Amino acid sequence: MPERIAIIGVGQTEFKSKNIEVSQSELVNSAVGRALKNAELSIRDIDAVIISNMELFEGLYLADTILSEGTGSYLKSGMKVQSGGTSGSTCAVTAFEHAATGLFNAVLAIGFEKQDEGSSDAGLRAISEDTFFDINTGARGAANVISELALDMLNRGSVTEEQIAKLRVKQSENASRNPHAHLRKRLTVDDVLKSRYIIPPLRLWHICPTSVGACAIIVAPESRAKNISPKQAWVVDWVSVHGGMQPLVGYQGVALGKGPLGPMWTFGVEQSSAKLYKRNGITDPRKEFDVVEVYDMSTWNEAAWYECIRLCEKNSAGRLIDEGATALNGDIPVNPSGGVTSTNAIGASAMLRIAEAAIQIRGEGGERQVPHVKTALAVTAGGDSYSSAVLLKSSPV
Amino acid sequence: MTNRIGIIAAAQTKYEASKPQLNNGELVFEVVEKVVLETGLKYEDQAEEGEDLFIDSIVSCSEDYWAGKTISDMLLHLELGAFAMHATKVAADGAQAVYHGVISILSGKHDIVLVAAHRKESETVGSIIENAGLDPFYLRPLGMNFLDAAALQAKRYMYKYGVTEEQFAKVVVKNLKNAKNNPLAQRPMDITVKEVIGSQELARPIKLLDTKPVSDGACALILAKEEKAKRLTDRPIWITGIGNCYDAHYLGDRDLADCQALTIAAQKAYNMAGITDPYRQIDVAEISDEYSYQELLWSEGLGFCERGKGGRLIDSGATEMAGDLPINPSGGLLAGVPSGVAGMSRVAEAFLQLRGEAGNRQIDGAKTALAHGVTGACGQSQCVIILSNS
Repeated sequence: MPERIAIIGVGQTEFKSKNIEVSQSELVNSAVGRALKNAELSIRDIDAVIISNMELFEGLYLADTILSEGTGSYLKSGMKVQSGGTSGSTCAVTAFEHAATGLFNAVLAIGFEKQDEGSSDAGLRAISEDTFFDINTGARGAANVISELALDMLNRGSVTEEQIAKLRVKQSENASRNPHAHLRKRLTVDDVLKSRYIIPPLRLWHICPTSVGACAIIVAPESRAKNISPKQAWVVDWVSVHGGMQPLVGYQGVALGKGPLGPMWTFGVEQSSAKLYKRNGITDPRKEFDVVEVYDMSTWNEAAWYECIRLCEKNSAGRLIDEGATALNGDIPVNPSGGVTSTNAIGASAMLRIAEAAIQIRGEGGERQVPHVKTALAVTAGGDSYSSAVLLKSSPV
Repeated sequence: MTNRIGIIAAAQTKYEASKPQLNNGELVFEVVEKVVLETGLKYEDQAEEGEDLFIDSIVSCSEDYWAGKTISDMLLHLELGAFAMHATKVAADGAQAVYHGVISILSGKHDIVLVAAHRKESETVGSIIENAGLDPFYLRPLGMNFLDAAALQAKRYMYKYGVTEEQFAKVVVKNLKNAKNNPLAQRPMDITVKEVIGSQELARPIKLLDTKPVSDGACALILAKEEKAKRLTDRPIWITGIGNCYDAHYLGDRDLADCQALTIAAQKAYNMAGITDPYRQIDVAEISDEYSYQELLWSEGLGFCERGKGGRLIDSGATEMAGDLPINPSGGLLAGVPSGVAGMSRVAEAFLQLRGEAGNRQIDGAKTALAHGVTGACGQSQCVIILSNS
């Protein structure tokens, strides 16, 4: 019988653009140490280690083996997984599956990126380009597809540029309360509206930064976990979806994010959350969740996800922003952490959504804590419409 | 293992020195198409309401460095069939992907999992990638690759236990001869110990014929939970034990002549499968021998013989086709299988043996088989899978 599982420890580094004082192994170890401390465990209590990062971004082939000193995987089980932007949640989900088998006492999941040691841009150039067709479009990385998503939202009348600026201000306020966040400067609507265009309507302040840092979570099955206390964040259910946009390559250009399934990632985010809701009888997400963490590769994405995960009706994300519903003191706070727009160490980013949801349930959010969190949702997005949705609760059912 | 996992189909490509006519997607599609058509399974997004037999998870196995592509599985979902359903990627040896598939089913989240691995070693220079697989501060600046590391391990193994280059060469002779019975093998050969030892020296004591050749190929399996496996085929092959383990990364932190991680991985798998005397209880083993010495060293780690007695094991003939414990009737990696695919192809070979479908390389009456995969320099990450047909 599969076991009920809980996140019993969370650790993360402070995220920044450069951290040349530490090696990749030390960086990872810092998050692992904090997660163990948070769980009141020692590395001896861990019996499997799962890790994820983007191989080409810092030039490590088989990071799981090279970093074994830092991860603590010596003489333990484990593996490396990777799925682009969702690597961190794929890693967490792999750890959930390991823990749910009941074969392990405690499973450590680690997501990290040390982008100051390599060139993410070089890595990104190899991302969405099909060797034969897409490479000719000159499209690179995520900015193109995000700009398509943003245009789509503008054209639908879902949001205005001013509303997106307001949302960016909300993100910066939350990040300023999060000691781990990378961009912690409080922004004004004016700052955002006057920042330079990257690809219109995408502006500099809309986009996630290039961050260095690591996140670790410890997952344990109910029957075998040490130190299970009422403060655990129970992982009640999870769904991962690989959306699959490739049919568009060479036709309308997957790199440009156009196609019958909507802009890039929307299909995956809709699918993962819808499946999770259906399986858990969730009909009114805005009421039923106390806090939500989403993977906002840009401010526009946070607004888009409001609609995709049904916090509001289609074409009404702007209204939700105006109401302030998703602010820290709103009725459905989204990204108390500050989100990916404030902190983006790719291999860690998706895990941070789940970690922050767990932190909120455990009441360890400090200045960014949402009061009385009992039910939390974490939704991630990456690759080409990969997405995971994770339901966490303060009690196991 | 209380809940057995069934393998209901397996497919491998022919392994070749290069397959310039196929891109990565076409390569993996060849095996995915075979297992999907053979089982007649639909994917989750195609299943009708009320149907319960469909592929509900895909674990692919590839690696960005080898693919030359960030998110190496991203442009493969047409070929894998991953649309609006769970799919993940293991960036390690193929045996780890099988391990992941087993875990996914045991977790209760998935029932029928497609696992698939592919690699085209011909499209890049492996030694550069392997150099990036070593610690950047101490090992990488030496210009080391996995071959150099393996040479250190082979030397240490010879020094500590008195195993000889002739004994390593015997492994090559045996495996390349076995490969003559395997229509998928890249390098079947009749060769002598003298010829192996006389082949070009690459990194002492490793010679050209002691190493696995550059190879392109793919492998896919479909795993299912016990109840569904029984409904899908009359002859499922059961995975009864799994185990994996990491060793230290720095070569100086381990005694390279002892493979501690493999011993632990094997013990986990044996405990789960109820194996107490592997030499007697296992009828056939397919193990990952990237270098000839490894078949002997890994045999020790797997408990097939005592520590340091790997040389005597090959001398005794016990691991020949007609021996007590045939190892690598397929020809193993030395006959040509890409790394990354290697561990999964070991499972596919074990599947064929237990089904009695291994053709001329069949070990008669095989009931229990062992498959083994490694990742990293000198076998830092080890994975063992036990299979049974009863």
